[in-house]
Amino acid sequence: MALFQISEPGQSPAPHERRYAVGIDLGTTNSLVACLRNGVAETLPDESGRHLLPSVVHYRSNGKEPVVGYEAVAVAHEDPLNTIASVKRLMGRGIEDVRQLGKSLPYEFIRGDTAMLRLRTVVGERTPVEISAEILKKLKARASESLSAEITDAVITVPAYFDDAQRQATKDAARLAGLTVLRLLNEPTAAAIAYGLDKNPQGVYAVYDLGGGTFDISLLRLNRGIFEVIATAGDSALGGDDMDHAIAEWIMQQANIADDADHRQMRRLLRDARVAKEALTRSERVSLNIDCGKGNSWQGELSRDRLNALIDSLIDRTLSPSRRALRDAGVTTREVDGVVLVGGATRIPRVREKVAQFFGREPLADIDPDKVVALGAALQADILIGNKREEEMLLLDVIPLSLGIEIMGGMVEKIIRRNTTIPVSKSQNFTTFKDGQTALLIHVLQGERELVSDCRSLARFELRGIPPMTAGAARIRVTFQIDADGLLSVSAQEQTTGVASSVVVKPSYGLTDSEIERMLRESIMHASADDVVRKLREQQIDADRLMEAVRAALAADSALLEAKERSDIEDGLKKLEAMRNGEDAEAIKQAIKSLDQTTQTFAQRRMDENIRKALAGHKLEEFDAARDKTP
Amino acid sequence: MRAASGKNYFELFGLPVSFDVDADDLTLRYRELQRHVHPDKFANASDQERRLSLQMTALVNEAFQTLKDPVRRGRYLLDLRGIDMGEETDTAMDPAFLMEQMELRENLDEIRQADNPGKQLAELANQIDQRMLEKIVQLRGALNLDSSKETSRARNLVREMQFLQKMHHEIDNLEEELT
Repeated sequence: MALFQISEPGQSPAPHERRYAVGIDLGTTNSLVACLRNGVAETLPDESGRHLLPSVVHYRSNGKEPVVGYEAVAVAHEDPLNTIASVKRLMGRGIEDVRQLGKSLPYEFIRGDTAMLRLRTVVGERTPVEISAEILKKLKARASESLSAEITDAVITVPAYFDDAQRQATKDAARLAGLTVLRLLNEPTAAAIAYGLDKNPQGVYAVYDLGGGTFDISLLRLNRGIFEVIATAGDSALGGDDMDHAIAEWIMQQANIADDADHRQMRRLLRDARVAKEALTRSERVSLNIDCGKGNSWQGELSRDRLNALIDSLIDRTLSPSRRALRDAGVTTREVDGVVLVGGATRIPRVREKVAQFFGREPLADIDPDKVVALGAALQADILIGNKREEEMLLLDVIPLSLGIEIMGGMVEKIIRRNTTIPVSKSQNFTTFKDGQTALLIHVLQGERELVSDCRSLARFELRGIPPMTAGAARIRVTFQIDADGLLSVSAQEQTTGVASSVVVKPSYGLTDSEIERMLRESIMHASADDVVRKLREQQIDADRLMEAVRAALAADSALLEAKERSDIEDGLKKLEAMRNGEDAEAIKQAIKSLDQTTQTFAQRRMDENIRKALAGHKLEEFDAARDKTP
Repeated sequence: MRAASGKNYFELFGLPVSFDVDADDLTLRYRELQRHVHPDKFANASDQERRLSLQMTALVNEAFQTLKDPVRRGRYLLDLRGIDMGEETDTAMDPAFLMEQMELRENLDEIRQADNPGKQLAELANQIDQRMLEKIVQLRGALNLDSSKETSRARNLVREMQFLQKMHHEIDNLEEELT
């Protein structure tokens, strides 16, 4: 199997060659991988023709690799503690959050060094990040096999309402799986792309996304290929799983099963509940035959009416975020031009009924709600990897939750408000309160409430290297930046001296870089391969990426360069190419750094040129708009 | 060649430095800028260009938010004229305005206790919107006349409008709590 595409020395891949990047829907219940082939986005099946991969990982003893998907599902009730399902609900979470989720998760949790939780398994402690990485590895392998090429680039979808810690955890999982994340894409936005809503001239659309474990509502304004998310809201701990629990509890009551059912029994009940729920999307009633343990069983029946009564309060919980999103967007349900349904739980007739009632119109559901997110991600991945499309498309997304810092008295001051378009950066000035103070601690929180204790702690940033001055004299400008993935970074500079402070991040629920590096070394996939080979390969991929980018930039805009500048860049390319074909990872790294430096001015000029073009092209647009208005 | 990041927000959008901004035109320019600088257009580019694109898009977003909102736009124009808003040191406000504010605030507290607050909240929000509109007209007048007396009037107006905006936020928050 040809996994690596390696060009002959001195030759780069033909420029017209289509590159592959995949879209991955890393779901609570099921995951999918999709790709654009021959202009059509399609989900990729496994060797048995199944498209969904159950998001379940089973760890095995005696050094065998974990199994993922249907095989893991098959053994879930035999070995519940080593079979992890719905790990997405644990991403970026601490042990206290899990307690809040209740007894519903049948695993053994342990507290690690940070607040990030760990699960005890037969192969040792595993973080949710590592468990998710197993699912991603499986999808990566499936894609590489289907496409007969090593797939390293992916767009991975996350619930729009995921906070920074949950997003970072997802990105870390991708890194562990050997994937480069082109973009973390919000699931409702991905669905909007899949529906081809960009082909509609304009309008406001609502995407209602009820998955296995998360609920999102996004409102988008479409205009000439621009998808502008105007508001998003949701509940990152609400989904079809909760319905299964409600049904399971009802069964326990009916069948007189004690509350302290063991892990295995709980797993069986949840499985039975899910099967019943799914059957009730097609029929009015379903008969139940429940194994109560100790050789006893219970027979009964669940009607759709009864199911509706059990899940109504859960569905109602989706309506309050929906109202909030509408209010934030400043639109009424009447102004919404269409509603799109996403997520397996929107198959439930009662959910459709309630959504239709709320928005006063029948929702769209013509694309398989399980696949729609992966398909949209594949379309976006194809654009991001640089394959051209006929129509231009651009996504403008928002940050779902306000970002703030802790101030006096345990209060939170908001720095960036929710539903602000990303990327965004905001600066804030701080000062010292002691003479000669050289360090400062900034506690960053996410949430809408005023008290620190009611918001979610993201990280503590320690600024070091502040020049010693008298109290209150230093002016430390701290910049909070949120990138297009919705991820936060912080930088700081003392204004009067211009000294940059170093920022040391202590993520509240995340992994540090060194922890990820350690996991990479330890991970089974890499344990068999040589660590040196892995590092070399990583640098080679980076080098190829940079050389291709610089060559493309030269081809497009060399007019912006003077002869000397151009030859410097070309020299840098030659040097990097020579190193890239060698065996020294460190030398490649240095050559990458050097070429990146050499192209600094060029990059700046290209950006200026882009801005000039944007405003020059504007005149034409204006003309078009004026013409559109003329009857 | 001058770096785009060295431009002020108006220059970045290719607009004259003025309080008068056409909202539709601004949005059109914003979208065009986004089409050219957004990180999605540079996902494949070098680290250098990706970083620049991120910074530039954040700047374009911030500039758009500032120019779109009359209060922030007014404040930004005063910034450009080197006027310090002095929020931390200077707390003196027009007594009549302060009285009015106290009344509005009392109203809000009463509504909090009321039986059916939804309608009253909407009315209060309406009142504030109305006042805001009046002040926008005054601010336009003050900013278009570039004298030190008018500039100081503009400064006071911006501060009063910031108060009104804050009130509006509180109303929104209360509405959210109630639903």
